[in-house]
Amino acid sequence: MSTGWYLAVSAIVFAIGAAGVATRRNPLLVLVCLELMLNAGNLAIVAFARMHGSTEGHVFALVVMVVAAAEVAVGLGVVVALYRNRVPVDVDELRELHG
Amino acid sequence: MDEILFFVAGIAAIVAAAGTVFLRNPFYAVLSLVVHLLSLSMLFLLLYAQFVAVVQVMVYVGAVMVLYVFVNAYVGGGSEPEGGGGPSLRMFSYAIAITLIVTIGIAVLGTGLQAIDGSGPDDIPASFGSPGEIGKLLLTKFLLPFEAASFLLLVAAIGAVVLARRRRGVLPGEERMVAALDLLAPTGTGSMREGVGAINPTPGGFSARITPSTGAGTLPASDDRTGDDSEGGSR
Repeated sequence: MSTGWYLAVSAIVFAIGAAGVATRRNPLLVLVCLELMLNAGNLAIVAFARMHGSTEGHVFALVVMVVAAAEVAVGLGVVVALYRNRVPVDVDELRELHG
Repeated sequence: MDEILFFVAGIAAIVAAAGTVFLRNPFYAVLSLVVHLLSLSMLFLLLYAQFVAVVQVMVYVGAVMVLYVFVNAYVGGGSEPEGGGGPSLRMFSYAIAITLIVTIGIAVLGTGLQAIDGSGPDDIPASFGSPGEIGKLLLTKFLLPFEAASFLLLVAAIGAVVLARRRRGVLPGEERMVAALDLLAPTGTGSMREGVGAINPTPGGFSARITPSTGAGTLPASDDRTGDDSEGGSR
């Protein structure tokens, strides 16, 4: 398969993730949709690595995964803290972050 | 064979991504993301990225998704409410997404790069995408990003613990345990518990200075919350 097909899949998934970030109201699902966007970027990186025949792109993809894991850990910590503080878990209602 | 696998995995990835965005039940949305990640790892395998594919399954499907499912079960909430921003705002978001697809599509597929139409070199070395090759790159050329990534993970782990920790003081069982330990501990050991005034309270100590200035100090605030917590536990 040519690289262009992978890039097309990546672009579609990225846009779907962006639509999810814009429309979802549960912060947990906003994080899930961010995950979609990060993975679309990863797919493009790996496709370009294959196009160049060089393994270095895979290192980029692994670093993106690390960043995504860190984002998930902190983001879910914020969601749990919101739930503990009896704040409605809804991005429309969230206006302040102070504990 | 390559094409069939690509279309199966690619269509599954797109459908599962759409399911993640459109399913109302958060639990189903997270499960749909699991399907999406599995089909992405299949695409990675088609691109000869074995190590990245395995890491994708282990890290995402194995660890991150378990975290999502547990936090989802903890927060609960059920389906998210309808309405809110209104249908026009929602349509506007979808219009932005479609514009994004068109823009990226033009940018990527209209570049005129001839390599995009090919599938890359056919005579790739056997070490391409192998763990050994990636490990060599991580410890030589990309040593600084590697160390920065490990430091980032450490900071994120500490941050998650600090954000999600329990702020309600000690439980009854823990109190008894601490009291037994206090008998053994000499006064003035400079421990952290002593610093916040939990044991050996001193008149001019840390807690005495902190509590009046902030109004609701750490310990009174946690007392207020104990009533709510029993209610939360039964949920």
